[in-house]
This record gives sequence, C-alpha cells and structure tokens, in this order.
Amino acid sequence: MSRRAADQEPRPPGLRGATRVLLERELDLAWGGGGGPLLACGFFACLTAILPLAAGGDPRTLGPVAGGVAWLALALASLLSLERLFERDMEDGGLDLLALGHLSLEQVVLIKALAQWIAVGLPLALTAPVAALALGLPASLTPLVALTALIGGAGFAFTGALGAALALGAKRGGLLIAVVVLPLFIPPVVFGAGALERAASSQPVGPALALLCAYVLFAAVIAPFAGAAAVRNAQG
Amino acid sequence: MIHTLTLSDLTISRGERRLFHSLDLTLRAGEVLALTGANGAGKTSLLRTIAGLLRPDAGSVAFQDGDGNPLDAREARGRETHFLGHLDGLKGGRTAREELGFQCDWLGHTQYGFDHAVEAFGLKPLLDLEVRRLSAGQRRRLAMGRLVGSPRALWLLDEPMAPLDARWREAFAEQMQRHLDADGLIVAAVHDPLPLPTRALDLGSLK
Repeated sequence: MSRRAADQEPRPPGLRGATRVLLERELDLAWGGGGGPLLACGFFACLTAILPLAAGGDPRTLGPVAGGVAWLALALASLLSLERLFERDMEDGGLDLLALGHLSLEQVVLIKALAQWIAVGLPLALTAPVAALALGLPASLTPLVALTALIGGAGFAFTGALGAALALGAKRGGLLIAVVVLPLFIPPVVFGAGALERAASSQPVGPALALLCAYVLFAAVIAPFAGAAAVRNAQG
Repeated sequence: MIHTLTLSDLTISRGERRLFHSLDLTLRAGEVLALTGANGAGKTSLLRTIAGLLRPDAGSVAFQDGDGNPLDAREARGRETHFLGHLDGLKGGRTAREELGFQCDWLGHTQYGFDHAVEAFGLKPLLDLEVRRLSAGQRRRLAMGRLVGSPRALWLLDEPMAPLDARWREAFAEQMQRHLDADGLIVAAVHDPLPLPTRALDLGSLK
C-alpha cells in the first residue's frame, strides 16, 4: 500500500461526517418500516383520550390533573421504541460495525440518543398540545406544553438510551427497560408537570424549566459513558 | 498503518470454560493466518478479542507500524481493522445501496470505493433490492463490499466463504490476494482450506 494512487487513499469521515452518516441511518431506521414514532404518537393520543372517558369529562375533576396525566402519558409513550434502539444492532451484528468506526462507542450512544429524540421526542412534542387540549388544559398553555415536552423528550431519550443499553441481551428486554427507566423518568415528569401547574396558576415557570434543562444536561453527560460501558459488556 | 499484529501470552475464556491459554503469535504484512479447530474451539472469540470486542483474561493484543513503533490500539481498530463476523451487520428493511453506502461512509471510503465494491462483488443488480430479499450468499457479498470500498490493513474474517458459491469464492480469494499484495494482513477462521498460501493455527491443539 506504499504507493497508492490518490484516489485509493482512504478518506476518514471525520467527526462531523461520521455523525451525519450515523444520524441519517438511525433516523431512517426509526421512520422506515413500522413507523415507530407514529405508533408512539398514537399510543400517547389513546392514553390521553381514555382518561376523560374513564374519569368523566367534568373539567373540574380533569383540570387539576391534566398536566400531570399528559406528562405521565408522554413518559410511557417515550418507552415504546426504546427496545429496538440497540437490540436490532445487536441481533444482526451491526453493533460490531459501529464499534469499529472512527467514533468512540460513547459518541455512538450519544448520536443514537439524539436520533431517538428527533425521531420520537419531536413528534411527541407536536402531539402533546393536542393531547393537552383534549385533557382540558387552557389553550393559552399549549406553547408551553410543546416546549416542555420537547425539552423533556431529550431527557427521556438520553436516559432511555442508557436503559436500552443496560437491557441488551436480556430476554424480554422491553419490560426490563421499562422497570429500569421509569424511575429515572420521575424528575422530568415532576418538573414538566410542575411547570404547567405553575403556569396555570399564573406563577413564573422559569425555575421548573431550569430544573428540567438541568436534568437533560445531566442525562446527556451520564448516558453516553454508562451506555457505552453497558454495550461493551453486552458485546464481550 | 498496521504492519505487525502481535498476540502475547493471550488467554481467553468464555464463561467458566478456558478456550486456550498463553497464545503467542506475530503476524506481519502480507500474511494470512488461517484459524482452524472444532466448533467451540475459540476461533470467533480470538477474532473478537483482536477486534477489541472481547476482553482477554490475560495477555495483550498489540499493533505496530512498519518501523516497529507501537500503534494506539483504539486507533488501529477504529481506523484500520475490518471485522466480518458470521452476522453480516445489514438491516433487512433498507436497500443494498443504502447499506453499502452507510458501511463505506462509516468506515471511511476511497473516492471510488463504493463503485469498486459494487464491481468486485457483482452487486449492481442487487443495489435497489431490500436486504431482506437477498439470499445468504448475496448478503455476504454485500457485507464484503466494505472490505474493498473502505481499505483497511487488517481483515478479521469469520468463516467468510461459508455462504458463497464456487464462483464468488474464487472472486473473494482474488480480493484477498490483492489485499495481501498491498501489504494487508488477514486472520480468518475457516473450516475448508483457503485457496491461498496461509499460516495455520489449530486452536484445538492449544488446550
């Protein structure tokens, strides 16, 4: 290989190139075949439509819990497609290919979590205002619902990716992910629903939003390292 | 680039079972190592250990460049190593074109790497098909495309020939020969002898 022609020289994709290539693939996998994100949105809409039917449509009973229920439904809907995030790459050997690329496994986990946020968190954040209206939240709160759902969705994606990596190789991994991840979803649910409640009672929402953002940043730092360690463990 | 692969005092177990211990070996540019041994002798485990996907119980895997300087293992694996396991790493729902394109882009391809890969393994008629519609042999050829499209010095191959028919076995042997002529290294787990001069290592004899 000493005297290779210029067009025979390998061109490493670089950090940006490799990130783009992997992100595109992950989004394609999330959207193509099965339409996972639509499924999550449908599930979310169903959950929020069932509650008024079960508890009665009276705005006085629904109103106080609407924000909390919307966030609970959001957390549950975010769980749905996590199982496939690493599992499908484990099953078909794709994970070995990802481990031998130019990026570290930590970066791979980070990019996969980002893709999960874009593919699932974003559509859910767009569905959230509709669901909130169905639950009887005032229309003036819908922009805040979408914003908090978008920020919280990033938190769900990062902790969710960590849970998905931890559950690799386990039988019935989906259930295991739910049990591992749901407790970690408590803080964003508390902060997100808290922001809606404060807004409904005309209090400043800044502190709740700040806590929600802090949770997302914390998850974004922890998840890649812990997730990569879990993936290595599953590969070995 | 990787010129020498050195295994020193390597010991690997799977679960409670010791596969082999104290394996010492040096492989240089232009050489093929054919790993043989019964099922479960540890061929795949050795390949995965060299690729860094499995941690050995003891010993080390080291890479050196042409001047004998040690290379960073993470860089040597992430930039100069191909691992082709018995799973092809292809997604059933995507087309062959998308998958080969991703593999070449992800691993770092040459200017015409994609076209070379298509040509080398006769992938042209398959490109627009979904991977799930391909036969095992076609899928393996598609996975092999990355070996050509994205040149890397060390090839780790696990039963590469198994699903191929006679014609493509011959074509792949030709690609292996080219790789060796360009100072590449190959470690391959095989049951049938490769149609190339190889160094042989019988893992069954190391117990």
